[in-house]
Amino acid sequence: MELIILFAPLIGSLICGFGWRVIGEKAGMVIATGLLFLAALLSWIVFLSFDGTTQIITIMRFIESGSLSTDWAIRLDRLTAIMLIVVTTVSSLVHLYSWGYMADDPQFPDVKYKARFFSYLSFFTFAMLALVTSDNLVQMFFGWEGVGVASYLLIGFYYKKQSAGAAAMKAFVVNRVGDFGFALGIFALFFLSDSIDFSVIFADMPTIAETRLHFLWTDWNAAEVCALLLFIGAMGKSAQLFLHTWLPDAMEGPTPVSALIHAATMVTAGVFLVCRMSPLYEFAPDVKLFIAVLGGTTAFFAATIGLVQNDIKRVIAYSTCSQLGYMFAAAGSGVYSVAMFHLLTHAFFKALLFLCAGSVITAMHHEQDMRNYGALRKKVPFTFWAMMFGTLAITGVGIPFTDIGFAGYQSKDAIIESTWGAGNMYAFWMTVIAAALTAFYSWRLVFMTFYGKPRGDRHAHDHAHESPLNMLIPLGVLSLGAIFSGMIFLNSFFGHTDQVAKFMGIPVAEASAVAGGDHAAADTGHGETDSHATAEAGHGEAAEGDHGAGHMVFAGTPGEGAIYIAPDNHALERAHEIPWLLKLSPTIAMLLGLAMAYLFYIVNPKLPVRLAQSQPAIYQFLLNKWYFDEIYNVIFVKPVLLLGKLFWKRGDGSVINGFLNWLAMGVVPFFTRLAGRAQSGYIFTYAFWMVLGLAFLFTWMSLSGGAH
Amino acid sequence: MEPNLQADLAVILPEIVLALFAMAALIGAVYTKKDALAPVLVWLTAAVMAVLAVYVGAVESGTHMAFGGIFIDDDFSRFAKFTILIAAAVVLIMSQEYMSKHGLLRFEYPVLICLAAVGMMVMVSAGDLMTLYMGLELQSLALYVVAALRRDSIKSTEAGLKYFVLGALSSGLLLFGASLVYGYSGTTLFSGIIQTTQDGVSIGMLFGVVLVISGLAFKVSAVPFHMWTPDVYEGSPTPVTAFFATAPKMAAMALFARVLYDAFGGAVGDWQQVLVLLSVASMLLGSIAAIGQTDIKRLMAYSSIAHMGYALMGLAAGTEAGVEAMLVYLAIYVTMNVGAFAFILSLERDGQPVTDIKAMGGMGARDPAKAMAMLILLFSMGGVPPMLGFFAKFAVFTAAIESGLYWLTVIAAISSVIGLFYYLRLVYIMYFGEEAEELDHRTQPVLWGFLMVSAAAMVLGVFNMFGVDTAAAAAAATLVH
Repeated sequence: MELIILFAPLIGSLICGFGWRVIGEKAGMVIATGLLFLAALLSWIVFLSFDGTTQIITIMRFIESGSLSTDWAIRLDRLTAIMLIVVTTVSSLVHLYSWGYMADDPQFPDVKYKARFFSYLSFFTFAMLALVTSDNLVQMFFGWEGVGVASYLLIGFYYKKQSAGAAAMKAFVVNRVGDFGFALGIFALFFLSDSIDFSVIFADMPTIAETRLHFLWTDWNAAEVCALLLFIGAMGKSAQLFLHTWLPDAMEGPTPVSALIHAATMVTAGVFLVCRMSPLYEFAPDVKLFIAVLGGTTAFFAATIGLVQNDIKRVIAYSTCSQLGYMFAAAGSGVYSVAMFHLLTHAFFKALLFLCAGSVITAMHHEQDMRNYGALRKKVPFTFWAMMFGTLAITGVGIPFTDIGFAGYQSKDAIIESTWGAGNMYAFWMTVIAAALTAFYSWRLVFMTFYGKPRGDRHAHDHAHESPLNMLIPLGVLSLGAIFSGMIFLNSFFGHTDQVAKFMGIPVAEASAVAGGDHAAADTGHGETDSHATAEAGHGEAAEGDHGAGHMVFAGTPGEGAIYIAPDNHALERAHEIPWLLKLSPTIAMLLGLAMAYLFYIVNPKLPVRLAQSQPAIYQFLLNKWYFDEIYNVIFVKPVLLLGKLFWKRGDGSVINGFLNWLAMGVVPFFTRLAGRAQSGYIFTYAFWMVLGLAFLFTWMSLSGGAH
Repeated sequence: MEPNLQADLAVILPEIVLALFAMAALIGAVYTKKDALAPVLVWLTAAVMAVLAVYVGAVESGTHMAFGGIFIDDDFSRFAKFTILIAAAVVLIMSQEYMSKHGLLRFEYPVLICLAAVGMMVMVSAGDLMTLYMGLELQSLALYVVAALRRDSIKSTEAGLKYFVLGALSSGLLLFGASLVYGYSGTTLFSGIIQTTQDGVSIGMLFGVVLVISGLAFKVSAVPFHMWTPDVYEGSPTPVTAFFATAPKMAAMALFARVLYDAFGGAVGDWQQVLVLLSVASMLLGSIAAIGQTDIKRLMAYSSIAHMGYALMGLAAGTEAGVEAMLVYLAIYVTMNVGAFAFILSLERDGQPVTDIKAMGGMGARDPAKAMAMLILLFSMGGVPPMLGFFAKFAVFTAAIESGLYWLTVIAAISSVIGLFYYLRLVYIMYFGEEAEELDHRTQPVLWGFLMVSAAAMVLGVFNMFGVDTAAAAAAATLVH
């Protein structure tokens, strides 16, 4: 079954991409979409029937070289199961949506492009599945690069547009920086544990954490170095601060692509990587702190930029960047389950928001500037309501102190509480402020688009129409996800220790009983069976005594279960002990943001302009995205271009070309002429040369001492 | 060793047969229908040569000495003889129609080729300076005459005359060298000479060696003894040029190897330097001077000079691997040239031969099969992988590297790049060049066949050399002890 899930998209991609000329464009699209829905169905079956025990499904021998030998295998645990449903569900819905969205495109008046698009989409899905199902780092890297390629192809899908090509290239190049770190991380881990298989590496973690590794100029803790290197890879893929610049530009791709790749799935690969490598990160506290701080900062930073953007897709793109920051804040706090929780809910509501935006864009004839929208509520009612649900979800609307609320309410609040639980006040406040900003820009988007008076091109407004059914069905399904996914999964991801442990397949033990013994297990690794026994006992206890939960701690060895949480990591438990005022703070922040947005865009629409005029510095700073592109341009792009130009013009042009041209067009012809002139046609010249040659040989032989 | 005439004669049976055949053909033709008999005679000669080639290649084996060691029949000589006989037979067949059409097919032509072949066979079997000279002169005198076969053409007679005069000069050098060697060693037998050079070479002997090498270098047209080559190649009738470019090159190189190893095998370090110089000069000049040529026959002359440079490289390596590489190189070179000259012979406009390279313009579109075959041959000559010519070069380069001749190899690589230019220019003219006036479309089946076979060999040979490599290895092993 897992094999079908993994390979159905690949087969769909190949048939659609190479076979559409034979079977026709439509048939190709049907096959690709159908196979994806099949994969989605099977994924749900796998997810729902999954019992929490990690399984390894070997497919074939992958690499055999020296001491490096590994299988191509599927590692099926809870993390994988979650990613399977996220990826296949969103992907299949996006496939369906694309039937409508890509129906006719002014960019390609007389080229058949749909099969190509669907083929890329399916290929992306395959690569993403390869990434999340991988059993070892190299297989993961394969998927990692595969999604990179798919992303590149799809961002540059409108290859006739220069900006699309540039954006595709930018995404690729920026990701190179991250991938470099990722690759180094893989090398380092292989160097340390002589294997790339997760199970081996995880089991080795306690030893690796004791190892020192010489890197660059000094010795480091090996676990910290590997963790940081892998995180650099995650930063690139997940568009975290400093490596985020490609994500907004990636909006050049078709909107379904933005929804699938640049919101729901690929960009979350970094979060997945950190959660997957949780045994590593648990042994690298400094890097964890760094991740949490960077995540919090990104959440705040991207949200500020989102405040002033006018392109509807760019607003959502920055929102994505910001939400990814949230996920990292949770992962960095050591509450990986919550990071995955937000990943799951975010996938639903962010894909929903993007697809709604796509629906609006189609309705408005490919107009993306929100300043030209307004009063679309009546024109596209269904889209409006879907967008509403998405916005309610992302801003985190819910009833305080209960579990009732939209998806974002549970997951985002869980993150904010987790940062508090980990004692990281910086990340806590950053994420709270970001919650307010999120509410502001999200409602701003809704108000500018659907309320107020129609602005911009009258013709476009007059002809605005609701999207076809194949675009609305995905919106409906995703709306369900945006509304209910949080409530359904809250306890599994952010319940008490025993609930989370059960869901993730991690053994637990009673706090007092294990305090001493488990440390020993973690340190020496001797008591595998011991700790297992205690774990079994813990399981039993959790089942009978419902709320002895406070005394429960995670007790697995690294690699056991989907994630690993060190016995001394109590962030999850402490998060539940948050004071009520702080627990309320995200809701307050959200209401604040909503109120501001209402004031700015409904009550007094002149206000934003006036504010921008009175505070030009801040406005420009935000509008220009903190000048990151400009700074990078000066620091990296310009010097590299200059260097490239130097090598090209001076090095290649003058030196290499110049030399070869001089040789080929000056020196050689000169000798050719000389040889031609020597060939005079007179016998005496020829004889003269022969004698001359002979004399030379004699001289040479006499002088070089050949004779004795 | 008791002289045993019958055994001796058995050893030189192929030479005797061929020589008797040549004389019989001569007398027979003179007393019957003379030139009218020539076409039959051409085919007959080719057939006899082919039969002898099979005899030499397949029937004989082992190492035999005849007449007290002045004549050697071993794997090495048989490899050379086989190549020579086949090449001569093929060139004869290719030339028949061309010669008849231009009124050049006299009955002396096959007879002279036949005698030249006898000379070459004696050369490669020489075990004595006298035998060497006898074979060499027999070959050369026959070649002088065929070069001047077109008596009414100034160019042809000029070519013959030049070749003759310079050939005489080179024979003089060779003889002078031979007498110096004799003077310092007291014998003309190779087996005797090698004993005296075992522990060092005196200066007089060294001069003798250099002179002998110079004389032989003239025959393989190594720089600076190459000057006759372009003029003779251009002036001679094209089939004769084809002959010059194939069999005699093999013979002279084999003789070269024979003398150096059998007679001066103890002084490798001494003659190696001379060969390196000759090799470098030949490669560079052959490559550079060919760029300026517009006549395809002259171009082929320089091409063969360069190719001899590469072959000499194998010899200069001074190892068994080097000799093997050289033999393989020559076998491939001969095959390539047969194909190339089949192509050149087929270039005609209104029945008149054309040799200007511009005339090939547009051939890629008009006669794709022929152009493609020539393209393969040119790539092979230039040493472009995956053609066989690349592997030939690769073998000699490897041999040179293994002997520590790094600079020689670097220069060889550079010169092969330069040389590639003019090969590729021919390809360029055929496929992208200015459309030339249309050439005659009909290609003689014989020429077409040899062209295709030769081109196919350049491709197929990569997978299987049809025993050439193993034969060359065996030949090299008998020569280098």
